[in-house]
Amino acid sequence: MLLVTCPWCGPRDETEFHYGGQAHVPHPADPAALDDRQWAEYVFYRENPKGPFAERWMHATGCRRWFNALRDTASYRILATYRPHEPRPSPQPVETPTAPPSPGDRRAAGSSGGNR
Amino acid sequence: MADLTATGPAALRRSPLAHLTDALRAATVTGPRAVALAEWPCAAMVSLRVDPASPAAGRIAQALGATLPARCGRTASAGSRTTLWLGPDEWLVVAPPGAPAPTAELAAALGEEPGSVVDVSANRTVLELRGPAARQVLEKGCALDLHPRVFGRGQAVSTLVGPVPVVLWRTGVDSYRLLPRSSFADHLARWLMDAMSEYALPEVD
Repeated sequence: MLLVTCPWCGPRDETEFHYGGQAHVPHPADPAALDDRQWAEYVFYRENPKGPFAERWMHATGCRRWFNALRDTASYRILATYRPHEPRPSPQPVETPTAPPSPGDRRAAGSSGGNR
Repeated sequence: MADLTATGPAALRRSPLAHLTDALRAATVTGPRAVALAEWPCAAMVSLRVDPASPAAGRIAQALGATLPARCGRTASAGSRTTLWLGPDEWLVVAPPGAPAPTAELAAALGEEPGSVVDVSANRTVLELRGPAARQVLEKGCALDLHPRVFGRGQAVSTLVGPVPVVLWRTGVDSYRLLPRSSFADHLARWLMDAMSEYALPEVD
């Protein structure tokens, strides 16, 4: 069980939260000007990085507020949580530093990441 | 057509756990590890949403007689009414059964500013769990630290108890109120009765 730190309620069980996909996806300034490809990219296309990924989460059984989390998709470690209007924090200074993984480790860890 | 307004909607209300009153009483555990469960039916509740930094929040605090609690877990009581923190701009005002919901005075205090004041008395019901074993019963299904040094008297949080989302409110040393949504109340009451049953037996080392 993960402990996710809600910016308003503090650390709570992962089961209290809902996942909301990639954060910081800006709504098109002029939606009517988009062609189908651009619209499809806005609606459906998301990053799928290995490593720190900014995501939207919602504290469903707590304060019911949306917030953003920076999660490492390889280790599933939540690096930081922050309120929606706050800027994305830098992933570097948080958590304990670990030895850089060798290429073999990287391949083995790849399947454990990804979205819920 | 029958005149429903003569008695008012409140007189027509049935509590979500009316059918379990006897079962709740029968589930009472006595002895050194006593614990009892009862419904506090038809309490008046008002959902309040307002920007806590706005002048309207100040007027509402004046109407309530207590400042709106500013942090998760905090409550504010004035007279028989208690305001529970539900979110950074959301509160639940709870008044005892029979008391009128303070909707009109809070709506007047809100005025034209953005926000809402809604009577949600039928949204949730209140279960009261009390006794020396009450905390142990809750700890079976609640992941939060309920030790008094963390979760003291007068604190309230939204969380899960068993599978049911509730507002868990500690009202005394050994007494808690649980506020589940009405449609989940039956399941939560049965879950709690089951969790309580072991405390009637001697403790196993």
